[in-house]
Amino acid sequence: MTQAFVEAIRAIYPTDRCLTGKAELAPYESDGLTAFRVHPIGVVLPTTSEEVIASIRLCHQPGIPFVVRGSGTSLSGGSVPIDGGLVIGLNKMNKILRYSPEERIAVVQPGVINMRVSQAVAAEGLYYAPDPSSATVCTIGGNVAFNSGGAHCLKYGMTSNHVLGLKVVLPDGEVVEVGADSLEQVGADLVGMFVGSEGLFGCAVEITLRLLPKPEKYYTVQAAYKSLAQAGEAVSLIVASGLLPGAIEIMDRLAMDASDAAVQANYPKDAKAILIVELEGPTEEVDAETPTLLKLIEESGAYRIDVAKDAAERLKIWTGRKCAFSAVGRLSPDFIVQDGVVPRTKLGYALAEIDRISTESGIPVANVFHAGDGNLHPLILFNGREEGALERAEEVASEILRLCIKLGGSITGEHGVGLEKRAFIEEMFGKKDTDFMRQIRAAIDSAEIANKGKMFPDLQAPALTHRGLHPIEQQGIAFRN
Amino acid sequence: MIHPTSLEELQSAVRELDRVIVRGSGTKSAMSSSANLSTADLSGILEYDPSEFTFTARAGTRISEVKELLAKSGQYLPFDPPFVQAGGTLGGTIAAGLSGPGRFRYGGVRDFLLGIRFVTGDGEIHAGGGKVVKNAAGFDSPKLMTGARGAFGVIGEVTFKVFPEPREYQTVIVSFPTADEAIPLMARLAMSNFELACLDFVMPGQLQLRVGGLHESLERRVDRIKSFIGRTCEVRSGSDDEQVWHNAREFTWVPSDATLIKVAINPRQIVEIERSLEKSSASHVDRRYSVGGNVLWLAWPNEKTSEKLGRLLTSWNLPGVAVRGEPWGILGPQNKGDVFQQRLSSVFDPLNKFQRNDRRTANSH
Repeated sequence: MTQAFVEAIRAIYPTDRCLTGKAELAPYESDGLTAFRVHPIGVVLPTTSEEVIASIRLCHQPGIPFVVRGSGTSLSGGSVPIDGGLVIGLNKMNKILRYSPEERIAVVQPGVINMRVSQAVAAEGLYYAPDPSSATVCTIGGNVAFNSGGAHCLKYGMTSNHVLGLKVVLPDGEVVEVGADSLEQVGADLVGMFVGSEGLFGCAVEITLRLLPKPEKYYTVQAAYKSLAQAGEAVSLIVASGLLPGAIEIMDRLAMDASDAAVQANYPKDAKAILIVELEGPTEEVDAETPTLLKLIEESGAYRIDVAKDAAERLKIWTGRKCAFSAVGRLSPDFIVQDGVVPRTKLGYALAEIDRISTESGIPVANVFHAGDGNLHPLILFNGREEGALERAEEVASEILRLCIKLGGSITGEHGVGLEKRAFIEEMFGKKDTDFMRQIRAAIDSAEIANKGKMFPDLQAPALTHRGLHPIEQQGIAFRN
Repeated sequence: MIHPTSLEELQSAVRELDRVIVRGSGTKSAMSSSANLSTADLSGILEYDPSEFTFTARAGTRISEVKELLAKSGQYLPFDPPFVQAGGTLGGTIAAGLSGPGRFRYGGVRDFLLGIRFVTGDGEIHAGGGKVVKNAAGFDSPKLMTGARGAFGVIGEVTFKVFPEPREYQTVIVSFPTADEAIPLMARLAMSNFELACLDFVMPGQLQLRVGGLHESLERRVDRIKSFIGRTCEVRSGSDDEQVWHNAREFTWVPSDATLIKVAINPRQIVEIERSLEKSSASHVDRRYSVGGNVLWLAWPNEKTSEKLGRLLTSWNLPGVAVRGEPWGILGPQNKGDVFQQRLSSVFDPLNKFQRNDRRTANSH
């Protein structure tokens, strides 16, 4: 059957866009979650929606599983191939099909790189708000599948809040259009239901994005604290003050060390925590809000406050923050990133617990997080060459996820469940609601072939291996969020 | 009419009934006139911690009650739900998929709904989403419920995200002889970085925009907007400002013998819609282009019939839904997402209990 399938697939594509050789397939064996590697039966690189539809229809009949992927930056293993399955790589579908600044929309193909959207619309003073740290390489299609976030979600929401319409190929090759090109909808919000379905509902081949006017002024402050608790206290004060910053981020000492090693961020040597707060908006408004923010930061015990004087200084602050994850690779040969969420008021408690778990297990954990949303990003450091180290790190990661569930939060704020956290979906939602979601999946995809084995526990589980950073991170092209 | 007071009673009611049409407090009369189940007594705010920017409440809780509570901590519902004074409920607002003019700034009801507990057609209680402001786990069933008019479940409990409310507002009003002149200015204002709270165009010729922020900066921001507009502007503040948006939110301008229709549009379509209304001798119909020209609110005179409106909507290739007045359901072109919707319905409503009699529902064609 496989041979007949491969031949049928080959008939659709020219040889340079249908990869089946071992060496050709190697780059597609993994994604941002490098601990998993699976060898697919083939990789196809469509350039049109018709090719995507034809490929998915071919998979449906014999029940060949498929994974649709963009740049493969998923941190939850969402785009890891399926054993015996096909990979549909959409990077060649990278055109902006329509852009209308007056309507504040852009219609794009799924392979368009996130950052390219903002670049393409910058001349008209617009931008695309969701900004995952991998924005320079990750694709909009992947963002849609995993409802990606970024540092500015508190104010502007996640990917889902910026997608107005979709043309979708369902897992049996049926094509549907949901939403349109308006901020509003009539009827059920099918767009919202599709976004974040992690490839289980098929794939989007056209995506209508909402664009926002770029804020006139940014005011970015970086404050240093002698304790993590003080930085956490500052967040509470800011939130209670009535200000609505675009971003509120915190890094702990270990994360600062990593960033320093990678981009010479020059954090104060004796700081135990760094708080980054960004106000944005019309100049008059930001200027009026600034004194309140500075006063709160001073009151919270910051001993050093740096304000970005220009765009270059702002970029430097954000580069230090956004590279922190990948930079951890300089401190440790291997690491696991989690992105659980806790209610914001429980942040202090959660961090203390993570510290306890780290101390008790002897496994160092660096913390970088979207403090405004309670979205943690513990980086669990280990050396995969040591016998059992990966398993011990996984155990620490599991304890942290359980902590998030116990505190009423979520196992994932922006990376998705994917392959990595599928064992926890039932712990978060309970058996009944998980089974209900499985039923939904089965109704959309009767053959259960679209991104098979993701989101829900499955009999097929690829073995964990330690592999260090992804090649694109080693080269400093993209960072983790 | 059954009036459950708990999620368990709601579940029993759905199990008992063969067909379920839900009503909150009945403010969206066109959607709930044939209701046999009311959530009016399923009310009350269950959790609210201002520092979390979230609250959880039962579906039948009136929005006015929520707004009052949030205001004590200087917070608000940024999607600006309509029918507040009329008695609208949280569940009804979600099921109807309605947001007010203030959704221009940060997003609509779909964008602020975080989690939901609901009863499916086979009488099971399920939860979707979560209670924290950021969550990417599982399928986003809260969004699916938005605008579905109960087709996927009866909403029992909801969690929303909230924001701190701007301390003060001012409204700028500019008059135009025709829509043709006002529409390009509306587009320029929508693209600008003035960060307007609301941007509406009211026929026959008034552009209304609202600015919110700190007292210290508001005057200067308004001055800059006035010079950007470059025409005579009228500025309203205090209760005069509030009155403008109260009227929009409560639809005080809709005549009693008309049906309120919501049409989701793209601002570029306004000119075509205006021409078409003129050609079909309907240019006298009261209407308002809200949310920077992304929603057309149409007060369609009942005597003009739904067939005529349906033909117009079809010619624009835009569906419209009757909100208040006659129970016309969704009119206009067929939904291109029907296959996806049907498959979802087979799980959320396996017994077709939530099916409506009007032409366009989850399971009828």
